[in-house]
Amino acid sequence: MKIFRFRGGIHPEGNKDPTACHPIARLPLPKRLYIPLQQHIGEPAAPEVKVGDHVLKGQRLARHQGSVSAPVHAPTSGTVIAIGDHMAPHPSGLPVQTITLEPDGEERWVETEPAVDPFSLTRAEVAARVRDAGIVGLGGAAFPAAVKLDAGNRHPIDTLIINGGECEPYLTCDDRLMREGAGYVVEGVRLIANGLGAKRTVIAIEDNKPEALEAMRVAAAAHPGISVLRVPSRYPMGSEKQLVTTVTGREIPAGKLSAEIGVSVHNVGTALAVCRAVRFGKPLVSRVVTVGGGAIRNPRNVVVPIGTPAADLVEFCGGFTVTPTRVLMGGPMMGQVLPGLEAPVVKGTSGIIALTAAEAHAASERACLHCGRCVDVCPVGLVPLELAARVRAGRIDDAAELGMGDCLSCGCCAYVCPAHLPLAHLFNYAKGEIAARREAQRKAEETRKLAEARRLRLAAEAAAKAARRPARTTEKAETES
Amino acid sequence: MTMILSVAVVAALGLGLGWLLGLASQWLGATTDPVVERLTEALPGSQCGQCGYPGCGQAAIALSKGEAPVTLCPPGGRVVAEKLAEILGTTFDPGNLPDRGPLLARVRTDYCIGCSRCIKSCPTDAILGATKQLHVVLEEACIGCGACAEVCPTGGIDLEGIPVTLRNWRWHKPGVGHA
Amino acid sequence: MKEYLLLLLGTALVNNVILVRFLGLCPFLGVSGKLETALGMGLATTFVLTLTSGATWVVEHALLQPLDMMHLRILTYILVIAAVVQFTEMAIQKASPVLHHTLGIYLPLITTNCAVLGTALLNLQQDNSLIQSLLYGAGSALGFTLVILLFAGLRERIALANVPAAFAGTPIALITAGLLSLAFMGFAGLPVR
Repeated sequence: MKIFRFRGGIHPEGNKDPTACHPIARLPLPKRLYIPLQQHIGEPAAPEVKVGDHVLKGQRLARHQGSVSAPVHAPTSGTVIAIGDHMAPHPSGLPVQTITLEPDGEERWVETEPAVDPFSLTRAEVAARVRDAGIVGLGGAAFPAAVKLDAGNRHPIDTLIINGGECEPYLTCDDRLMREGAGYVVEGVRLIANGLGAKRTVIAIEDNKPEALEAMRVAAAAHPGISVLRVPSRYPMGSEKQLVTTVTGREIPAGKLSAEIGVSVHNVGTALAVCRAVRFGKPLVSRVVTVGGGAIRNPRNVVVPIGTPAADLVEFCGGFTVTPTRVLMGGPMMGQVLPGLEAPVVKGTSGIIALTAAEAHAASERACLHCGRCVDVCPVGLVPLELAARVRAGRIDDAAELGMGDCLSCGCCAYVCPAHLPLAHLFNYAKGEIAARREAQRKAEETRKLAEARRLRLAAEAAAKAARRPARTTEKAETES
Repeated sequence: MTMILSVAVVAALGLGLGWLLGLASQWLGATTDPVVERLTEALPGSQCGQCGYPGCGQAAIALSKGEAPVTLCPPGGRVVAEKLAEILGTTFDPGNLPDRGPLLARVRTDYCIGCSRCIKSCPTDAILGATKQLHVVLEEACIGCGACAEVCPTGGIDLEGIPVTLRNWRWHKPGVGHA
Repeated sequence: MKEYLLLLLGTALVNNVILVRFLGLCPFLGVSGKLETALGMGLATTFVLTLTSGATWVVEHALLQPLDMMHLRILTYILVIAAVVQFTEMAIQKASPVLHHTLGIYLPLITTNCAVLGTALLNLQQDNSLIQSLLYGAGSALGFTLVILLFAGLRERIALANVPAAFAGTPIALITAGLLSLAFMGFAGLPVR
């Protein structure tokens, strides 16, 4: 199968060996689970339980609301002891509405509804099951998966791509998942393909994971519609746009969705969760997390109930050898700084990476040399140095005109920058500012409409008042004349 | 003689040129100023009066004459100021702007006597409530102009900043030192 | 024909009104912050310069010289320039109110732009004919527009650069102007007047 090349990209040091060689371990039940109601992109879920309620494993704790949302389920059986604010796994460290669960240790499952023949389900039924299971993109973006499956109804999908790229350094959770659960993953892939009606299915895996490639090849051998594709290891191969280009040679236009060019991309972890949900009726209550980085004593992959505080994970992996310079959720390239170890693991958390000072490469910033390396590596063809200069000068609109909105935040530019400019940070700031401006613009338009409506209302009231007293005005007019 | 001739020459030249200009101005007479129209469009249009002018239209006229700074509109904040500066072709120093961020009015439940004065004063109809009932501010429609706080007889309306949540949290600008 | 072309080129490049004769520095520094504004200023000045070059020639040869009133030269020239600037202002206000706003005070200040009066006086000094005067005015104006555009482009880039605090703002603009001037000295080698 022909492989296409996307522009730019980098080859960061993988650092995957310390975790890739250990089988996935199971975390003993933590004392408390903190389950945020917003673990996905979109509207937060609305709680359905009260403090003091006893819940079973897999029972729905909060239902989805709005079209882009996902429900949240109990990761184990136990008692709801609080519903309130807890630190969100987000760089701001702001509180988020969270259900606190005290496990009873029994792990009793709620009644589940396994599908007799999952492949006879219609597209809508698959999407409904995926939605009810609370599945979101497990690669890190946490976009509700059912919305993506549903998008297949609006745009015909011809190619389904399963993302086993895992291009971020340190992370190996998808690698281990493919090695250990290839059969389930392939079944999930087939269910998604069935749901979307895709003609062609490609499982793309980077060539630095030969064992996973082999395991997936064996598992997929019986299914002619599925091909396993070996793609070169190059960051950001695991980014949706870059993977679509690599596999199909098609480029997703700026501001468009992959579905609009007939391609749908799902992560391998998502495929496994879909298999569990559709075949066994089990909601998404746990995930594999890579606990790694130089500061972790025994780095490895762990199956973790959603809501486990990061501190429990670190402790399970032997604690820190040295005080880490930076603790990240997700990989070192696109991961976000963890505000504190009390923040819980959520559906989109692919890793907890504790970096030592040497790994964090913290270096003081110098002046831009205009060397253009950032231009060479930018996978979407932007000119980061020009963007950065504009963002710094506060000319956000100019930066937006130069394509700020197309930035993936992949961090390639910041990685290669010899002057150590905080390019990724600058661009995150600029994108936030663009969003804030759009919001202000929207509000201003809304205000104008409201003010206009008020003016019309006052005018109508005045007219009505005048109409109610016609006699008096005519009288007055007569006396005046 | 030379003096009289000199005066005559300059006077004749001045008169002649003045007459030509008068003719030209008839052809090129200034019509309505489209700059004012564009400025009015850029302003929020809520006629809240916080700038010190009775309404956005008057504020636009003052802006076009250069009598008011582009930072005059508190509800508009930095975004509107930038847009005004662009239309007028001037620049402004964002540091001069008291950028306290957008505000929201909030009714103190234990102070509200249900007089409904705030409802009448609100330029965007953002306050709900009936006489002798507790009033409430619709956050989505409130522009934080403070007109309601001024008329409230019990001082029961506060202007507060919009609380930062995960939804509106943004990355701050990295502190960049010049090399 | 060739002579006229050389005259145009010579005034625009070799004897550039801003960078070689150092006339009209006020708008050169004042309105060169943005490319668009600079273009507007350049075009307005082009219009005024060309027109006044012709008009002052007529005033000189039809009015002052026959009446032997040469001592009134500067007075009458400024009168003519002021009238043309007024006319330009009216035209711009009609055609592009936004540009009128953007140029602001610099538009009426073309009256006191020494490049305009300077060109008129240089015309006289060089004993140019009417056509030569018009070309000389147009050439000067072209040079003015070219340089102010170049300079505005440079300043737009400088606005994004990491300028040391001591040089930020006007100092770096003046250094840039100096370098630009040096570059224009290179045209002195061209075999034109």
